[in-house]
Amino acid sequence: MAGIAGKAMRQVYGETLVELGKSNPNIVVFDADVANSTRTILFGEAYPDRFFDVGIAEMNMAAMAAGISTTGMIPFVNTFACFMVLRCGDPIRSLVAYTKLNVKLAGTYAGLSDSYDGASHHSILDIAFMRALPNMVVICPADAADMKAATEIAVQYKGPVYLRIHRNECPDIPENDNQPFVLGKGKVLRDGKDITLVATGYMVHRAMEAATKLQTKGVSARVVNIHTIKPLDAELLQTCAKETGGIVVAEEHSIHGGLGGAVAEAIGRLYPVPIEFVGVRDTFAESGDYQSLLEKYGLTSQHIVKAAEEVLKKKGARA
Amino acid sequence: MGLTKERKAVLEGLCKQFRRTLLDTLYSVQTGHPGGSLSATEIITTLYFEVMKVDPKNPTWEDRDRFVLAKGHAAPMLYIALAEKGFFPKEELKTLRQLNSRLQGHPCALKTPGVEPSTGPLGLGLSAALGMGLGAKIQGKQFYTYVLLGDGEIQEGIVWEAAMAGAKYGIDNVVAILDKNGVQLDGPVDQIMPLGDVKAKWNSFGWNTLEVNGHKVEEIYDSIQEAHRLKGKPTIIIAHTVKGKGVSFMEGKHAWHGKPISKAEYEAAIQELEGGR
Ligand SMILES: Cc1ncc(C[n+]2csc(CCOP(=O)(O)OP(=O)(O)O)c2C)c(N)n1
Ligand SMILES: [Mg+2]
Repeated sequence: MAGIAGKAMRQVYGETLVELGKSNPNIVVFDADVANSTRTILFGEAYPDRFFDVGIAEMNMAAMAAGISTTGMIPFVNTFACFMVLRCGDPIRSLVAYTKLNVKLAGTYAGLSDSYDGASHHSILDIAFMRALPNMVVICPADAADMKAATEIAVQYKGPVYLRIHRNECPDIPENDNQPFVLGKGKVLRDGKDITLVATGYMVHRAMEAATKLQTKGVSARVVNIHTIKPLDAELLQTCAKETGGIVVAEEHSIHGGLGGAVAEAIGRLYPVPIEFVGVRDTFAESGDYQSLLEKYGLTSQHIVKAAEEVLKKKGARA
Repeated sequence: MGLTKERKAVLEGLCKQFRRTLLDTLYSVQTGHPGGSLSATEIITTLYFEVMKVDPKNPTWEDRDRFVLAKGHAAPMLYIALAEKGFFPKEELKTLRQLNSRLQGHPCALKTPGVEPSTGPLGLGLSAALGMGLGAKIQGKQFYTYVLLGDGEIQEGIVWEAAMAGAKYGIDNVVAILDKNGVQLDGPVDQIMPLGDVKAKWNSFGWNTLEVNGHKVEEIYDSIQEAHRLKGKPTIIIAHTVKGKGVSFMEGKHAWHGKPISKAEYEAAIQELEGGR
């Protein structure tokens, strides 16, 4: 993965779009006055005639993209994740998802990663909205390599795709990058038999840290990267529930309606085991530096360890 | 009826002080939006120190005039004005955008005394202001609602939905001010999404329009008085401004929309502001 290691996801996304644009003349890119942040500015510089910055008018952008997709082009729609849901929401539901249009939606600055701008710019409900839409594929990459693969797959796949993109540099996860990225298939990054840590996005890295911490406490934790939240790899989750008997779900999102909800829905039906949720707990966050926010709002590896201990307790009480 | 010489000097002095405080604050926290705060300095200062009836001791006094910062990213300049007014201690400005601060990156009505509706996501402020104006009218209250919009911001469709509603209901106790600095985040407004003839647009939507130099406190003041006199329709004051006004290397540059300020840049800016150009 030379060249992209450790880079910010949004930068990798921008560079990958440029690469894809070279061989695929049908790719067009829309932005709504945040091209420098989304990094689509790179595409705009490379292919100015296939780049449309429509100004601060997100709803119009999404609806135009829906229209252009019906002519055989492959539009990428770009804005902050919070505006993707809140401003583009109607055209995404009523045009893109309803008609299963070939539109790619890239929401950047996901989770708390736009930390200083504050709660108005954080995006902790986008997974809930996107995964409630029929026909929508929801992808949340864990690192630079995932991001690149996800962008490529978004072009290959015919239909609506939501890419959830993080703002900051993110550490590479070697155990993640030596496995192929297959749409709809989770990746087991670390084996374990006592509990499964299911994570998505940047929380995958933190789950790996948590597993190491748990090991020093004598707990063998499995780590699964669910990069495709929809369609969900329910089969893998069922196996994990069966084999480890307990699950912690970790995501940089509200604990309501995100990956936690998706896993609970699947596990509750297929193979119920104790489950805990690491995420933002029904509150607006606030401005602050990113690390401090993660600590205050419960999103560190330590929080995953604590949640794992809760699950192990419940497991013990049952046995 | 206009501003006296003395008041004009006082307001200009405050603007100078506020620009300096803005630079100090944004430099110290290394985050926040300088460009749109600087273009709005005279507008916010004139409103809070000459026009609006507010009570810092009682921020929720029901007859207070309201100010809606629709372009919420200019929050630092609003906070500086509120602190000077006495809504909260000036020392708190140092906590801007930091964990546990009352001063959020974008205005949060729940956290900061004196802040009206929470803003940040662009485009919602004008509608909110019209709702406040309508509420005042229905209840026979005398307060005014002022709302400051960005010129990139008015690309949002909802702004024009609000424009129609304001005209239909004759919400003349709302005064909108457009910070027409010609620059948005990605570049000049004319390149990103041209607005066409802004004055003609608002007129055709049924609004009174006034035009001023948005860096002249006396013009801003006069135009607001004129807006108060105009009845039956809402008024928008088109304020011609310069993004980054007062710091020459920031002026008119979209790069300074929301960029951290380096030590050398800070020092150069302060020298220029102190020198008074
Ligand atoms: C709905 C929405 N889209 C995008 C943004 C990101 N954003 C923040 S400020 C800004 C540019 C604003 O330009 P303008 O309204 O002209 O403000 P000013 O020049 O006065 O700073 C953008 C795109 C946002 N805050 N809200
Ligand atoms: Mg502007």
